[in-house]
Amino acid sequence: MIASLRTVSGGRIDRNKPVRFTFDGRTYQGFAGDTLASALLANGVKLFGRSYKYHRPRGVISVGPEEPNALVGVSRGPGRFTPNLRATQVEIVDGLDAKSQNRWPSLDFDLGAVNSLFAPLFSAGFYYKTFMGPNLFGKNWAWTHLFEPVVRNAAGLGDAPSDPDPDAYAQFYEHCDVLVVGGGPAGVAAALAAGASGARVIFCDEQAEFGGTLLSETQATIDGASAPAWLARQFAALAAMPNVRLMPRTQAFGYYAQNFLGLCEVVSEAERLANPDAPRERQWQVRAKEVVLACGAIERPLVFPDNDRPGVMLAEAARVYLNRYGVKVGRRVVVATAHDSAYRAALDLEAAGVEIARIVDLRAAADGEWPRAARKLGIEVTTGARIAGVRGRLCVKAAAVASAQGVEWIGCDALLVSGGWTPSVHLYSQSRGKVVWDAEREIFVPGVSVQRERSAGACKGVFALDRVLRDGAVAGHEAAARAGFSAQGPVANFDVAGAPESSGGLLGDATPSRGAKGKAFVDFQNDVCASDIRLAVREGMRSIEHVKRYTTTGMATDQGKLSNMNALAIAANALNAPLPKVGLTTFRQPYTPVTFGAFAGASRGDLFDPVRRTPIHEWAEDQGAEFEDVGLWKRAWYFSREGENMHAAVARECRQVRESVGLFDASTLGKIEVVGPDAAAFMEKLYTNPWAKLEPGRCRYGLMLNEAGFIIDDGVIARMAPDRFHVTTTTGGAPRVLHHMEDYLQTEFPEMKVWLTSTTEQWAVIAVQGPRARDLIAPFVEGVDLSREALPHMSVREGRICDVETRLMRVSFTGELGFEINVPPDSARAVWETLWAEGRKYHVVAYGTEAMHVLRAEKGYIIVGQDTDGTMTPADAGLEWAVGKAKKDFVGKRSLSRPDIVAPNRKQLVGLLTDDPILMPLEGEQIVAVANPTKGSHAIGHVTSAYASPTLKRSIALAVVENGRARMGEKVFVAAEGRTMPVTICDTVFWDKKGARLDA
Amino acid sequence: MLLIDCPYCGAARPEIEFRHGGEAHVARPRDPSALDDAAWAEFLYFRANPKGLAAERWRHVAGCGRFFNAIRDTVSDRFVCTYPAGEPRPDVESASVGASA
Repeated sequence: MIASLRTVSGGRIDRNKPVRFTFDGRTYQGFAGDTLASALLANGVKLFGRSYKYHRPRGVISVGPEEPNALVGVSRGPGRFTPNLRATQVEIVDGLDAKSQNRWPSLDFDLGAVNSLFAPLFSAGFYYKTFMGPNLFGKNWAWTHLFEPVVRNAAGLGDAPSDPDPDAYAQFYEHCDVLVVGGGPAGVAAALAAGASGARVIFCDEQAEFGGTLLSETQATIDGASAPAWLARQFAALAAMPNVRLMPRTQAFGYYAQNFLGLCEVVSEAERLANPDAPRERQWQVRAKEVVLACGAIERPLVFPDNDRPGVMLAEAARVYLNRYGVKVGRRVVVATAHDSAYRAALDLEAAGVEIARIVDLRAAADGEWPRAARKLGIEVTTGARIAGVRGRLCVKAAAVASAQGVEWIGCDALLVSGGWTPSVHLYSQSRGKVVWDAEREIFVPGVSVQRERSAGACKGVFALDRVLRDGAVAGHEAAARAGFSAQGPVANFDVAGAPESSGGLLGDATPSRGAKGKAFVDFQNDVCASDIRLAVREGMRSIEHVKRYTTTGMATDQGKLSNMNALAIAANALNAPLPKVGLTTFRQPYTPVTFGAFAGASRGDLFDPVRRTPIHEWAEDQGAEFEDVGLWKRAWYFSREGENMHAAVARECRQVRESVGLFDASTLGKIEVVGPDAAAFMEKLYTNPWAKLEPGRCRYGLMLNEAGFIIDDGVIARMAPDRFHVTTTTGGAPRVLHHMEDYLQTEFPEMKVWLTSTTEQWAVIAVQGPRARDLIAPFVEGVDLSREALPHMSVREGRICDVETRLMRVSFTGELGFEINVPPDSARAVWETLWAEGRKYHVVAYGTEAMHVLRAEKGYIIVGQDTDGTMTPADAGLEWAVGKAKKDFVGKRSLSRPDIVAPNRKQLVGLLTDDPILMPLEGEQIVAVANPTKGSHAIGHVTSAYASPTLKRSIALAVVENGRARMGEKVFVAAEGRTMPVTICDTVFWDKKGARLDA
Repeated sequence: MLLIDCPYCGAARPEIEFRHGGEAHVARPRDPSALDDAAWAEFLYFRANPKGLAAERWRHVAGCGRFFNAIRDTVSDRFVCTYPAGEPRPDVESASVGASA
């Protein structure tokens, strides 16, 4: 049993509130205020996970969102499982259940670690090289059958949750004058300055507690007070400002156009306990007038052999674990650094009783204030030295220090490293600003602002505490002023002591030239080594964007927060080019992973999409209808009776329509009222058909093309009056058609006096179809002569039915005598039920969309979007008759004479009859000319519709076939996996070719 | 999400209320039948697709429903100005100077 590494006192944890949690099934205790990482470290846990590719044992390396190794899955009960969380960011609560990832069967003994033995296979570009062959049994055979299943199983991070998430996620839109991102010293000073001006300020930080580096500051004083005391005072002031909203646990993950930022707030356990209805997370979409970015900086690891062993940790992280969480990360540590700041960490650890075995400084000399203080205390410092290797697989046991004197092994249980600091320019870069290379300090800093933002503090390369505070205050002042709020007094000055400037830094590979052995990792999460980057360069990658994709460096969930700069330096070195020439990869949103829940918000389940229901919907439900989704509409698909399957139900519905009469809810048809003195002229332009001479009271099938000559919609159009058309569109096409009409009306023919109104939901439509249709409706119709002569096929009258106003059309989409009764939706159900009751006399049937499809296919009526695909002209679809030949112009006309459109051998709509009437082709299946086509031969068409026809007692199909209409009677073959089906090309009309039934 | 000024509504509204409509100032020929195939193809399919300032059509589809034109920088997404359909393309250079970042 390892004794606790918890300090006796100190830190910001609440030692009076113990918290129990489990990790990999074992129970541990921590305190309120701990993260999973700090609590486990306090319990002596060093091993947190296994690496992605080689399954190497890994520990925690950092203390923040940049953590690449310590990824865990956290479970809070059924459905409440989140994989890939950084242990450094997970607040522990009682009962929290965390699991390590990417190991099997256990973290200590992981079979995947054999991958290390095959390391040569996994070099840079291994995705592209290893999995290319052999193509033993066809193209990509090896990848599909051998590699992919193994790779999918072995690689990857946590498991995706399998249960629905029972938690709620909320979304908010918010506006503010000044958004301050980052709660460290620069952010605090900025928020104070902006808040004092009266501006509406949102101040967010990803951590539970504001303060950033000040929370672990032990030496510095500000205005005479210790850093924590000063911080408490400032937060009291901020909390008293009603115009300032403090948002802890809130990560600004994305900076988008026009100062639009995405924030994700993790709701605290305390709030969720107090309010069980509180969401798990809230996504805030904030439009800020001005933004202050105070994102801080991230410490870089050093690249040396076996630098990934558990116990190797960033120096400042060790300092934060000690000062903020009261955790000693080791008992005897070696510090390897190229920056003064690691000395400060060493001094704090030394003061807490940790033995500093050695400080290894990679620089030739270290003369800053912190190094001087360390030496003064008697800590042994070796300059001009490097780390040649690390002993200990599951935890560091010793480090090899290589200097001019040779290699010396020093025993330790933690190795603290610092390669210097990288400003966090992510959000600035997302705002589309271009970073600038500071050659002297070897950092990228923000350049010119593209949006209304400014960076402050360490994220812009300002590191000394006094200057950071001042910089933040200036930024806050300026932001408020730009947002229109005048400053209250001069910019604050801060009197800081005990925080001397520190400097240093090193980029790239720090492996000593001699005596080193082992992998030197650059990207821990993707297992990319320095040698991989050099290999990528040798193999021809020149830009960092290529190196990134070839090696996968910087591509994991941490997005290269620790690795990018080292990778870039190694690539630049290998290319012998200046670093800025090699380029920096683009920073993209999100800064840290955001849950799907936060993006989905309430848009799930019933609220995923709006649902449109017709006035007949509930009646159909009561009758046991199955529904299908058509756009947002729910449409009755078929009505099964007891014991009937879909096939039987559809067959019965079709037969009854042909034999007697059927009712069909056609309310979803799109409807547009086209009104005005120029309505007919407008229709002439928008549809292929002639309209000028269509008499009021008559209907015509209308065909709509786009300007390229392809069919985009169709529908029956009724002329109600000389200046009024009742246009119907396909169910899914109504918004598109209206948009298309508006486009032409507003921008091409603005001189036309026409008004367009969507009337889809103003008219419910009851289709009454079948030989007894007239008999059925006649008793209820007033003011309309329904006789064959007075109301021929394709005519319309206004009158009344069941004492309700109606536009009564005699039209048919079944090939039978038919009427479409348009009535106001409020009355539709009553009319429907009246007709239904009357229909008993005639053996009426309610039929759904499936039967409607079969009936229309038997007549060869097309469905735009099913039998056409956006490349079909009227001639291709056999609809030349619908094109007004004498018309001078309509949308799409000129394209109908384009060379490709009049070329021979275009695909044309035809009918297909299978030789075996029982066999049915499937929609989308390819058509070939011979029974056994040779591999790679070309398809001459495809099936667009296929149904079992109860009327013809056999299968029927529609298809498009090259030059199809000239091939009537020709035998072709429908090809599918493992079979070809002989079919004969025929006319598209399978039933009542002369149309006698229509005219009944 | 972009904010777009509808010149008819006189208000900046979020992008989700709008629908993009392709390049502006591509007028449909008055007599398409007078065009040869090449000229018609040019009208149908060829667009400038500039890197930088572009004049494009937008429709305030979830607002007033009207089409208008906008000058937008395709690199930065910045809207320089919007103006009613039918008006000529504004002098972009001077408009650009007047617009704030």
